[in-house]
Amino acid sequence: MKLVVTVMLKAGVLDPQGKAIGQALTGLGFEGVGEVRVGKRIELELAETDPVAAEAAGAEMARKLLANMVIESFKVEVA
Amino acid sequence: MRAAIVVFPGINRERDMAIALERATGHKPRLVWHKETALDGIDLVVLPGGFSHGDYLRCGAMAAQAPIMAAIRTHAERGGHVMGVCNGFQILTEAGLLPGALLRNASLRFLSQDCHLRVERADTAFACHYQSGQVFRAPMAHGDGNYFADDDTLDRLEGEGLVAFRYATPEGTIDRAANLNGSARNIAGIYASNLRVLGLMPHPEDLVDPLMGGTDGKPLFDGLTQALAAA
Repeated sequence: MKLVVTVMLKAGVLDPQGKAIGQALTGLGFEGVGEVRVGKRIELELAETDPVAAEAAGAEMARKLLANMVIESFKVEVA
Repeated sequence: MRAAIVVFPGINRERDMAIALERATGHKPRLVWHKETALDGIDLVVLPGGFSHGDYLRCGAMAAQAPIMAAIRTHAERGGHVMGVCNGFQILTEAGLLPGALLRNASLRFLSQDCHLRVERADTAFACHYQSGQVFRAPMAHGDGNYFADDDTLDRLEGEGLVAFRYATPEGTIDRAANLNGSARNIAGIYASNLRVLGLMPHPEDLVDPLMGGTDGKPLFDGLTQALAAA
């Protein structure tokens, strides 16, 4: 079973990378670009076949390693 | 004082640290590979700077899971002294031994230059050879040194006197211009609640000899050696 874990900086945590990308897009002439936030997408192949158990395992992995809960939030989806 | 330096793959400042410690203590620190699991007979554990595991995922995230970390945790829980410099600081926050996190520098630039640190308190083993309020120079070399913690944590750190060093001007002013990486409240280094675990981004170990361009970092190592001599 394939899982996709999306990790984003929490709201309120400064994302200078997102800011730079936003400025670059505006510089390229794209109009109306608001806040840009950059995150990570982690794709995982799991032996687990039960989607509920797989999702729970993914959340546990995110809490322990994939995300830093001080600065990031995560979302786990079965792909 | 018996000191150990933990070596993670991708670390590159362990020899600088060994020189600084040997200068102060008169003997070579033990180099401990990250896969080891014991730290017996050690008074001070140092996590040096570098790029452990290539900074994959987040700086220090992989190293925080290393086998040696259980022994470091036990050492800290027993009241042992621990110091993390640069990547070592990042590893200590990732391991939960210090609060907060180190974000990408606000400027997005890798900063390789000197900075000035103001000593916030001098009654700790790490700072006892400085004066409270004293400013000293230290080299910095990092891309992710922007200290972050939520406001409650920052208030607690300040309230309990756990801020070790702040980025300052050479005259000791704490302002935005001195805060090169954008750290919350100019924080360059913090202590754990028992004042025996220190994490800081700049490198005092790289200014311990006139040949290095100065000795501003030497009091930290001399102070530690004296404070932990009886340990």
